Amino acid sequence: MSIKLRVNGVERTLDVDPEMPLLWAIRDALGLTGTKYGCGEALCGACTVHLDDQPVRSCVTPVRRAVGRAVTTIEGLSPDGKHPLQQAWVELGVPQCGYCQAGQLMTAAALLKAKPKPTDDEIDQSMAGNLCRCGTYTRIRAGIRKVAGGQP
Amino acid sequence: MSRVGLVTRRSFLLGAGLAAGGLTLGLFGDEASAADPPAPGALGPGLAPNVMVHITETGVVTIVCARSEMGQGVRSSVPLLVADELGAVPERVVVVQAVGDKKYGDQNTDGSTSIRKFDDKLRRMGAVARTMLVSAAAKQWNVKPDTCEAIDGAVKHAASKRSLGFGELVKAAAKLPVPDEKSVVLRPWAELRHVAKERLPLLDGHAIVTGTGAYGADIKVEGMLYAVVARPPVVGGKIAKLDKAKALAVPGVKKVFEMPVPGKPWGHQPWGGVAVVADSTWAALKGRAALEITWDHGANAVYDSAAYETKLLASVRAQGTAHRTVGDVDAAMGKAAKVLEAEYLVPHLPHLPMEPPAVTAKFDGGACEIWAATQNPQLARTEVAKVLGIGEDKVTVRVTLLGGGFGRKSKGDFSAEAAFISREAGAPVRVQWTREDDLKNGYPNTVSAQRLRAGLDDKGRVVAWHQRTAFPPIGTTFGGPPEPSINDLQQGVLDLALDVPNIRSEACRAEPHARIGWYRSVYNIFHAFSAGSFIDEIAHARGVDPRDAWLEIVGPARKLSLEDLGIPKLANYGESLDKHPVDAGRLRGVIERVTAMSKWADRKTSGRALGLAAHRSFVSYVGVVVSVVRDERRKVRVDEAWIAIDAGRVVNKDRVHSQLEGAIVMGISNAMLGGVTYKGGIVEQPNFRDAKIARIGDAPRTIHTDIIASDAPPGGVGEPGVPPVGAACANAIFALTGQRVRRFPLLAGVKV
Repeated sequence: MSIKLRVNGVERTLDVDPEMPLLWAIRDALGLTGTKYGCGEALCGACTVHLDDQPVRSCVTPVRRAVGRAVTTIEGLSPDGKHPLQQAWVELGVPQCGYCQAGQLMTAAALLKAKPKPTDDEIDQSMAGNLCRCGTYTRIRAGIRKVAGGQP
Repeated sequence: MSRVGLVTRRSFLLGAGLAAGGLTLGLFGDEASAADPPAPGALGPGLAPNVMVHITETGVVTIVCARSEMGQGVRSSVPLLVADELGAVPERVVVVQAVGDKKYGDQNTDGSTSIRKFDDKLRRMGAVARTMLVSAAAKQWNVKPDTCEAIDGAVKHAASKRSLGFGELVKAAAKLPVPDEKSVVLRPWAELRHVAKERLPLLDGHAIVTGTGAYGADIKVEGMLYAVVARPPVVGGKIAKLDKAKALAVPGVKKVFEMPVPGKPWGHQPWGGVAVVADSTWAALKGRAALEITWDHGANAVYDSAAYETKLLASVRAQGTAHRTVGDVDAAMGKAAKVLEAEYLVPHLPHLPMEPPAVTAKFDGGACEIWAATQNPQLARTEVAKVLGIGEDKVTVRVTLLGGGFGRKSKGDFSAEAAFISREAGAPVRVQWTREDDLKNGYPNTVSAQRLRAGLDDKGRVVAWHQRTAFPPIGTTFGGPPEPSINDLQQGVLDLALDVPNIRSEACRAEPHARIGWYRSVYNIFHAFSAGSFIDEIAHARGVDPRDAWLEIVGPARKLSLEDLGIPKLANYGESLDKHPVDAGRLRGVIERVTAMSKWADRKTSGRALGLAAHRSFVSYVGVVVSVVRDERRKVRVDEAWIAIDAGRVVNKDRVHSQLEGAIVMGISNAMLGGVTYKGGIVEQPNFRDAKIARIGDAPRTIHTDIIASDAPPGGVGEPGVPPVGAACANAIFALTGQRVRRFPLLAGVKV
């Protein structure tokens, strides 16, 4: 079935099962592999993308629910890879293996958009759905604080 | 401030269509030098004195990274060590990821070995190239080579103020004989310009934050199909009945076929089951869900963790095989004023890398190419060749970035499985493991019981130490006996520095019912937990400060011989005792450092509940203190942690700090939350909902890390931080609640 999506500002037409999770549509059909599979059940956050600025778990979001809405993936977070969070992540050496970081960044970007100066508790609450097995949480928090204008 | 730009570097993956064939390239430099990256295999004319270094006539230095990047920062560390020895400018260094090939030496990125086993070898690779460049310049200037210096990408002669760039010297240098790597002179460690000093940049940092880094599942080749496998849920199980009609009816499903049934020992063989090949991952998943399979679970269906625990405890309550004997423990216990004893249990721990295994395989015309998130590309090559019945020379293994490894990806099963599926499907195939597959069909850390006894004299001093450990060793996966060997006991039993006149350590039997594998820090996790908890228990029984008890039991600073340790041999992680002795002074050193960092002595006045533990593993020494507080939702939570490592010389300080931070968090997952159990031979925790690992709120807000300055030969870094965390948590929980919890997950045992 033909599905029209707007991904990172570009109109795309896909011929996929409308029940296919957005994750697999993005990765397999559109070839945007920055968004990662981690659990398939919205438990780990690795697949986080934005639907109209809201962070969603693309692994449990049927592609039909994205029709008519703006999908933003890590590839579209900034035009040049220089979103303040992306810069902070590199400067502070946040990533270890890096696999979860696209999801972490997308969740963090949505948080800062909604709440530019989050408290530590608010950071913990907003980021609670994003697992990192390497254990980069202290640097993730530092990266968010840095962009929010506080001490990293 | 780093002399290497932090923002502009980039790394990328060449597409499979290029002659270079999908090697992960990284550039420390900026986009100007990224414009013409030399294609590996087509590096063109230049100086290539060995398999690791290539320098072009334009002065671009290519360095091969033969170890897998899985978050430890090896791609940001190893190449710069070579470059620094060479005298290259980091901005002009290109990093090429090696394929699996014996010519690179051991590539198994496992056992915390990348620096400790290869620092000398890697530096010599750089020094050989430097020696040739310097010789070429000296010849041209008619001066003595030892009056020249290779620095900042050029050879310089200070007396005459002459200088020639590496690129200008390549042609002449390439005509010189290649010196023996053993004969070249290394720079003094202190004179290396970048490593061990400044904050080194993350080679793949930009790629990671922009989503362009290529992991196992991110490779796409022409005509590729997608596959998932329904594997037997019980080790050794097989298909009793299969109806694939409904799966084949799912739109997009192309092929459904049975996989070969593995025989004992399991080793690195694929698990068997049914492969579903489709035109998308989603169709393959739907097809797999539609399969009608009746499994014959086989002999391991008896595996029930609750019942198994009784067996493990019975095993450590009976005499085992003594591997460490000093004095006479039985006589000393008989005369002791007080005897303490305790039993500890640690369940299977699953690796749970955020990236479950994923491999793309392309079998074509009798040859096979795979792109794998593998820690061990040479093993993958061997296993792929074996499953296909072709020569290893027909197999190419390309290593992607790994989304975590932790030992899981040292196994060859998932690579061999993908290769087999590609051949059967008649097309290139990407095999995606789901999280459920990862949990159900992994190679978890083993399950264990420990029994410790201590005899105290009338002054409270420990005069007898008796330790028993039972766990099915990893060797059982490869056909070995169900009892830990003396080599298994190197991990925290035999090399535990004890100033105790009577010691006996015994290994006890335990039958395997799961495929046991390596897991970050391996057996050290439970040996450090039991010994580290028990020392705290001894301290409290005596009413002394746990720090003082640690220092007394470890004893004075000294190097312990095999005779002192009471053992016939020590595997010592493959290192000689001359180079890496068992050094009680270094263990004391990390205890003293971490207790100073955490203001241990002030804990009573500051009202903090702190727990201390220390451990030697992978020939490094780590001390940990954690602070716990009550938490409404979690019962207790670690709010702050301190960790100090003595790993000898370190190359990339920032990545050592990040490994230690990660070790604290993984240690908390292991100890507070972690573990999986089996019922009917099947893992009872199918996904992250039940298989718990630390989330941001479970991790401490602050982790203080410290690296003890040392000139000692490098030890491991990736693993040694993890083992002491468990006991530190248990000891802190005791300090907070008065409850002694002797099994993981600790939180399940805390009453509020």
